[in-house]
Amino acid sequence: MEILVCVKRVPDTAENEIEINSEGNDIERDDLVYSVNEWDNYAVEEAIQMVDKHGGSVTVVTVGDEESEEVLRREMAMGAENGLLLTDDAFEGSDGRGIAALLKAAVEKGNYDLIMTGAQADEGYAQVGGMLAAMLDYPYASLVNMIEVGDGKLKVGREIEGGNMEVNEIDLPCVLSIQTGINEPRYVGIRGIRKVASVEIPTLGASDLGLDAGSVGEDAARVKRIDYFVPEMGEGAEMLEGSTDEIIDKLIELLKSKGGIK
Amino acid sequence: MEHALISPAAYTIFGIPTVIFSVLIPIVAVALFAYIIAKRLAPLVKARPDERFDRPGKRVFDVLKIWLAQWRHPRYMTAGVIHIVIFFGFLILSIRSTEMVIKGISEGFVFPGLNTWLGDVYYALKDYAATAVFIAVVVAFVRRVWFKPARYAYPESYGEDHTWEALLVLGFIAILMVTESLYEGAAVAAQLQAGLTPDFLAPLTLGWLFKLMLADSARATMQSLHIWSYYIHDIIFFTFLCFLPLGKHFHVITSIFNVYFMRLDKGNIRPVRYGVDEQALDDLESFGVKRFEDFTWKDILDFYTCADCGRCSDNCPANTVGRPLSPRFISLKGRDYAFEHYPIFGDFIKTDDNIMGKIYSEDEIWSCTTCGACEQECPIGIEYINKIVDMRRGMIEEGNVPQSLQKPLQSLEKRGNPYGKMEKKRAEWSKELSEEFEIKVLEKKGTTADTLYFVDSVTSYDERMQSVAQATARILQSAGIDFGMLGKNEKDSGNEVRRFGEEMLYQELKNNNIEAIVNSGAKRIVTADPHAYNVIKNDYNSPDLPPVEHISQFLQNNISNGKIQLNSLDEEGRQKVFTYHDPCYLGRHNDIYDAPRAVIDAIAGANRIEMTRSRDRSFCCGGGGLMLFYEPEEDERMGVRRVKMAREAGATVIVTACPFCLTNIEDGIKVAGLEGQMEVIDLCELVAQQMRH
Repeated sequence: MEILVCVKRVPDTAENEIEINSEGNDIERDDLVYSVNEWDNYAVEEAIQMVDKHGGSVTVVTVGDEESEEVLRREMAMGAENGLLLTDDAFEGSDGRGIAALLKAAVEKGNYDLIMTGAQADEGYAQVGGMLAAMLDYPYASLVNMIEVGDGKLKVGREIEGGNMEVNEIDLPCVLSIQTGINEPRYVGIRGIRKVASVEIPTLGASDLGLDAGSVGEDAARVKRIDYFVPEMGEGAEMLEGSTDEIIDKLIELLKSKGGIK
Repeated sequence: MEHALISPAAYTIFGIPTVIFSVLIPIVAVALFAYIIAKRLAPLVKARPDERFDRPGKRVFDVLKIWLAQWRHPRYMTAGVIHIVIFFGFLILSIRSTEMVIKGISEGFVFPGLNTWLGDVYYALKDYAATAVFIAVVVAFVRRVWFKPARYAYPESYGEDHTWEALLVLGFIAILMVTESLYEGAAVAAQLQAGLTPDFLAPLTLGWLFKLMLADSARATMQSLHIWSYYIHDIIFFTFLCFLPLGKHFHVITSIFNVYFMRLDKGNIRPVRYGVDEQALDDLESFGVKRFEDFTWKDILDFYTCADCGRCSDNCPANTVGRPLSPRFISLKGRDYAFEHYPIFGDFIKTDDNIMGKIYSEDEIWSCTTCGACEQECPIGIEYINKIVDMRRGMIEEGNVPQSLQKPLQSLEKRGNPYGKMEKKRAEWSKELSEEFEIKVLEKKGTTADTLYFVDSVTSYDERMQSVAQATARILQSAGIDFGMLGKNEKDSGNEVRRFGEEMLYQELKNNNIEAIVNSGAKRIVTADPHAYNVIKNDYNSPDLPPVEHISQFLQNNISNGKIQLNSLDEEGRQKVFTYHDPCYLGRHNDIYDAPRAVIDAIAGANRIEMTRSRDRSFCCGGGGLMLFYEPEEDERMGVRRVKMAREAGATVIVTACPFCLTNIEDGIKVAGLEGQMEVIDLCELVAQQMRH
C-alpha cells in the first residue's frame, strides 16, 4: 500500500511563552521552538505499522519553507521512506483551502492508495483533511482511532463523543484524519535523524505542481485572519486559596450554594 | 608409616584392580570438564569486546580483598559466615582432594613439603576444615529447608524454584566431607586395631569421630568402608566438578575471574563500543544491546557468575517497591538464555535479533534508577548499570521509548532542559536574590569568575528546587567566593540522558557544556546536584575542565577554615532529630559520605541519628533527572518507603544533599500522610538558614 501522510511544522506550545506580535495578527515566533504537529506523528506511526504488516511505502509531505524540511526528516527517521516538500513563495499566506489544493496537486503526482492527515494542527481548524478529500472526490473519515486493512477497503474505527466508537468500512483510495491514541508513536533520537540527514528530499513549487500561482497563497485565500489577541480575564473566575483542606471545604460550600451538590 | 588396610591403589574387587577406576574416573571427568568449559566459552568469544586488562595491580588487590578475603560477605552475617567457612574449607581441602585422587593411583604419594612439619600442620588443619565445612553445610541446609530466607524465593513470574540445586550441592559437599573423613578414619582405626602406630587425626573432627566409632568393627568392614568411601569421594568430587558449570555453582570457578575483571571506576558509564571513539559513533551500524551477542564478554561472565544469592535484589529499591525489576534475574535470565542457545551437547541455536521482549521486558529495563545498590552489594563483582544502559541504548535506537519519556527527551534536544522551558529563563531563580547581591552570568566571552556554580536543569526550573540554588548562591557569596553561573549557555548535565541510553543527545549536551565551562575561564566548578557532579567528574572526563566539587565538600572545607560560621540551633531546632539520607550519586557512586555528615554535625545542638540503611546501603529516593518523568508500575513510591525508614529510625528531619532526593522525599512525606510530623531539607538550605552573616 502506498501511503501519503500530510504533516505540519508547528510551534511547540507547551512551555513556550506565547506573545502577540506588534502587528497584532500573529504570535511572536522568534523565541519559539518547532516540532511536528502531534497528531501527525500518530498518523505517520500508523502508516509505518501498516506498511510493516502489508508492504508498500510511506511518503510524508508538508507545505512550508526550508525549515519545514526538519519535520520531514524527523518523520523519515521514524521510518517514512520518502519526503516531499511543497515550497514556493507563492504558497505563503494560503488558507486551509489553499493548502488542500496544494496537497491535492501533490497527491495527483503520485499513485497513493491512502492519504492520512492529523486530525488537526496548531490552529485547530481541522479543515484540510476534509477539504482535500472533497477536492479529490475521495471518501473521508475523520478522528480515526483504529484501522484494519481489508481487500480494497479499510475498516476504520472512529471516536464518538462520550467515549463510544463506531466502525465503518471505507473504499480505497480514501483520506483519513487520525486521532491521537491510535498507537504509541516511536521515539526519534538524534542518531535516527542523522541517519537520514543526507537523503534527498524533492521540493516542488507551483509550476512543478502544475498550479497557477494565483490560485493559492494570500491573494487566493478566502479566509483571512484579521485579529489575534489574548482574551481578557473575565468575571466569575475565582481562585480558592488556603491549605488543601480549606480549599476543599470552600469548594464544597460553593458547590452546595450553587446547587451542584446537595 | 605402616598401613593395616589395602589402599585403593592396590585393592582388587572380583579380581579387578581398583586402580583402573582411580585412573579412569579422573581422565573421563577432566576431559568432560574441559569440553564443558570450552562450550561455555563460546558466547564469550562471540560477545563484544570489553576493556578489562588495565591496572593489574588494582585488580589483584580486588581479588585479594573481595574474592580471597570475602570482603562483602559479612554484610549478610549468617549467610556470610557460612559461606566464608565453606570457601576457606574448599581452599584448604583442594590440596587434600588432589592428593587423594593421586593416592588412588600411587599409594605413597605426598605433595612435596607435606612430608615435613608443614604436613603435620596441614593435615590437622584440613581435618578441622572438613569438619567445619560439614557443620556449615548442615546449617546451610537447615536454613534453606526450614528458615527459607525471603531473598532466595523465586517469584512466580521468574519461573521455578531452584532450591533443589542448592540442596543437591550441599548434599555433594556433605558427602565429600564425610567420605574423606571416613576414608581416613577407617584407616586409622585399623592401624590401632593392628597395634601399629596410627596416623595423626585431629581430635574432635569427623575423621577422629569415625575412628572412635569403628574401633571395634571387623577388619573387613573397615577395609570395605576405606575403599567405598574413597571411590564415592572420587566420583562425587568429579561429578561436582562437571556439575559446576551447569548452574549457579559455576561461580565456584568463575568468581575469581569475575572479581579480577570487575569495574574499577565508579560512577561512569561505558562507551557505546570499546575501541570506537566519539567522533566515529555515527558510523556504527547499531547501538547498544539488541542481540545477545551485543553484550560484552564481561557481561556474559557476570551471567555465569551469578550465585543466585539474591543480595542485589534484596537491596534494589525498584524490586522493593514492586517494580518489575529484580537484578538477580537480569543475571539468571541472561545465563539461562546463554545455556539454552549455546548448549553443551548439540548445535548452537541462533539467538534472537532483538532480545527485548524475549529475555527482558521494556518496563523491567526502564525501572532501574541506576542507584548502584545491586553492584555495591554483589559479593563477586557482578555489574548491572552498564548492561541496563546498553539495553536502553538499543531501545532508544529502535524508537522503543515510553511515551512519558519522549517529551522530556525531545525538550532536552530542543531546549537543553527536560521541561522544554525557554533558555533565557534558566537563571530566573536568581532574581529573588538580586536585592541581596548580583550573581555574575558568564555568558559572554570576557566575563569570568574563579568559581563556576553549575546549577543544572531541574534545579534551575523546578520551583521547589530553586530554593536549593538560592541557598547555594548565598553560601558561595557568604564564603566570599568570586563565582558566576553559565545562564542560558548551560544545558542539562546529561547524567540521566546518558543513563537512559540517549548517547548522541548526551554527547551534544556534554560538548556544549564543556565549551561553555572552558569559555567561562573558571578555575573550579561547584554544584549542589550530585548527578551533575557525577557526570562532570566521571563521564565528561575532559582534560580541559577544571576540577569539580560538590557543595558538601565545599561546605566542609569552608566550615573548618572558618569562612562559614554557623549559629547553633534554637530551642525548637534542638528538639528535632536529624538523619542524613545519602544520595546515590554522592554516596555509592562517588564515596562522599562523611562531608555532609560533618557539615550537619558542625551545627551546635543538632541531634543526628543514622537510619539502618545508610551510607553505601542507602535506599534510592526514586531517582532524578528523566526518572522524574517516568511512570513506572509500582506498589509504593520509593520516596514513601524512604520516609518510613527515617521515621522508624526516630528521625523528624531528613537532611539530604541532592535536589531530586529533596523533592522525592518531600512528595513521600505528603503521600505517607506525615506532613507536620516529618520534614525534609537540603543541606544547603540548612546551612544557609544557620549561617552567621
